Amino acid sequence: MHEDAGRAMVTEISTSLTAPDRHMRLLIIEDDRESADYLVKAFREVGHIADLAGDGEEGLSLAETGDYDVLVVDRMLPKRDGLSVIGSLREKGNRTPVLILSALGQVDDRIKGLRAGGDDYLPKPYAFAELLARVEVLSRRHGGPAEETTYRVGDLELDRLSHRVARGKDELTLQPREFRLLEYLMKHAGQVVTRTMLLENVWDYHFDPQTNVIDVHISRLRSKIDKGFERPLLHTIRGAGYMIRDGIR
Amino acid sequence: MTAFGKLIRTTAFRLTLVYLLLFALFAASLLGYFAWNTRRLITEQITTTVNAEFSEITDIYTRRGLRGLVFTIENRALRPGANLYLVTTPTGQAIAGNVGSLAPGVMASQGWSETAYRRLDEQSSRDHRALVRVNELESGFRLLIGRDLEERRRLFGIVVKAANWSLLVVVVLGLGGGIFVARRVLRRIDAMTGTTQRIMAGDLTGRLPVGRSGDELDRLAENLNAMLERIEALMMGLKEVSDNIAHDLKTPLTRLRNRAEEALAKSGSEADYRSALERTIEESDGLIRTFNALLMIARAESGQARGNMDDFDAADVARGIQELYEPLAEDSGMTLRVKTAPAPVHGNRELISQALANLVENAIKYGKPLPSIQPLGDGAVGGAHEILIEARRDGPSVLLGVTDHGPGIPEADRSHAVERFVRLEASRTQPGSGLGLSLASAVATLHGGELRLGDSNPGLTATLAIPARAGASDRLAAQTPDVPQKVA
Repeated sequence: MHEDAGRAMVTEISTSLTAPDRHMRLLIIEDDRESADYLVKAFREVGHIADLAGDGEEGLSLAETGDYDVLVVDRMLPKRDGLSVIGSLREKGNRTPVLILSALGQVDDRIKGLRAGGDDYLPKPYAFAELLARVEVLSRRHGGPAEETTYRVGDLELDRLSHRVARGKDELTLQPREFRLLEYLMKHAGQVVTRTMLLENVWDYHFDPQTNVIDVHISRLRSKIDKGFERPLLHTIRGAGYMIRDGIR
Repeated sequence: MTAFGKLIRTTAFRLTLVYLLLFALFAASLLGYFAWNTRRLITEQITTTVNAEFSEITDIYTRRGLRGLVFTIENRALRPGANLYLVTTPTGQAIAGNVGSLAPGVMASQGWSETAYRRLDEQSSRDHRALVRVNELESGFRLLIGRDLEERRRLFGIVVKAANWSLLVVVVLGLGGGIFVARRVLRRIDAMTGTTQRIMAGDLTGRLPVGRSGDELDRLAENLNAMLERIEALMMGLKEVSDNIAHDLKTPLTRLRNRAEEALAKSGSEADYRSALERTIEESDGLIRTFNALLMIARAESGQARGNMDDFDAADVARGIQELYEPLAEDSGMTLRVKTAPAPVHGNRELISQALANLVENAIKYGKPLPSIQPLGDGAVGGAHEILIEARRDGPSVLLGVTDHGPGIPEADRSHAVERFVRLEASRTQPGSGLGLSLASAVATLHGGELRLGDSNPGLTATLAIPARAGASDRLAAQTPDVPQKVA
């Protein structure tokens, strides 16, 4: 089963994610030229538009004037600290989702960053796949529809109020945590969610397990929702994470 | 700086100078007071004597007239060591007495005055000073009685001389003592400076000389030595860690590089490249995890995380971790059970969760029973394939323990196992950074507790023992009646 899903490669996912209606406009505020250029290039390759600001002042003025879907802000910037840029934007009523990048990847720093008005926090060094997944989730959260009570992917259906899950005509029995895991995946259907995102959002832990503990949970969930069905819905995205998606769009 | 320059800059010497000045001032004021009082006493004595004689002689004059007066005066003036006497006519002519000359105007004044004078029989031209009283008798005659002030001057001279000598003695002794003390201190300080300079130059084994007197310098030296001891231990630890980092990070880095090189050299298909790159990413993820764990340990050890502590029940943490790892344990052919009792703590929930997660991961990885050992009875409580997470309060401590029934860690290796990057031989082949127990131990230390490794016969019990929240039971009890109030 792992092997099946493993064939879904990053490139395939990148193209599938970049259907014309999914173009994002991003602003990257990062002073390290090399990593900034890498980010701009990588985002462009998967079809997003990324602008670049080299310091806090420039970043603030661009963020205020441009219409961006997500801002990616480094914490330590020349001229103006990343947190102060976010604070100043929020003060002026700018609600654009912000992802904070920081070399200070510790719990306290993350909390500080989120308190300052950031929406997500990613410590350096990070994998681009992780950043991409998080940015896409952020942009969806911003512009997406109001919280639905029922999620549907293919013939899989999850009712958030009655906690009922059904695939086709079959009723599925899930453990509470499996339900929350599936709920999170289905909320972000068609988007890559990484293992770290799952650990953070489903279990509320912010550390790196040294083992493949999330994979085991996923494989349990998979055996419940995909086993015995012709078309798998829960896909493993190699080098990135997981995605729930109906094979045919 | 010259040796003398160094000497006079010492605190001991400067203190000596200050004391010297103080003592000199004290001696001077003491002698001054003494001199002034003596002078007053002598003056008083003179006035009393002169006054008595004056009334006596005035009496004689009243009874026996001028003749009697002159006779008495002449008589008295001839006595050895006599006072000064002079009788003048209304026109100012001297008619009796032993005074040859006086400062002008003395005879014209009334009452007490100090004056220069010369005796009649004196040959030398030197003036003396005297304290005299002049009064007009009836009929315009004037009488002077006075006393020489030589005595007073001599006494004053003695005092001044004494003052000079004592000052000299004070200065000489003080300076000598100061130099002696300063040199002694300086010698010891120089010895200390020499040692510290050697230490700064890199020889961490150097220690300061400690004398036997147990004085403040000895105590300072002892404390500095203890500090050096600690620094040396820390430096050694740091060196060991950096050696380990060099080894444990260099190995995967080298592997990474070799793999990339190999992929480049072989002109393989796209799929080959892809799999090589994927493995590269996996390896670098492992490296990043190792770095993160190191940073986490460093942060826990430096105490930075103290700012982010709150109150919670460690039993919740135990249940949460059990829930997270239970499927993983099952996949490895084990069961993960949790047993909890209220365990209130004040701490960093995130770090404690991670520490416990590390212990559980270790138990899953290394806690499989050896095939040679007969299981305690599968299926029964405490079966050989069972890992037990336990949270409870034990007196002043909260215990978060993970027990497995694997091979355990031999007693001799236990303290070693907590060290960074140490992976006991049995675990070398397993994936892992070798930082799990180090982090758990650092987290326990951060909370003022410790990580205990014990034997579970067979197997390992790793326990995080951290202080329970003070007064937690009271607070829990107090919370219950709050609820209806909030509703109302």
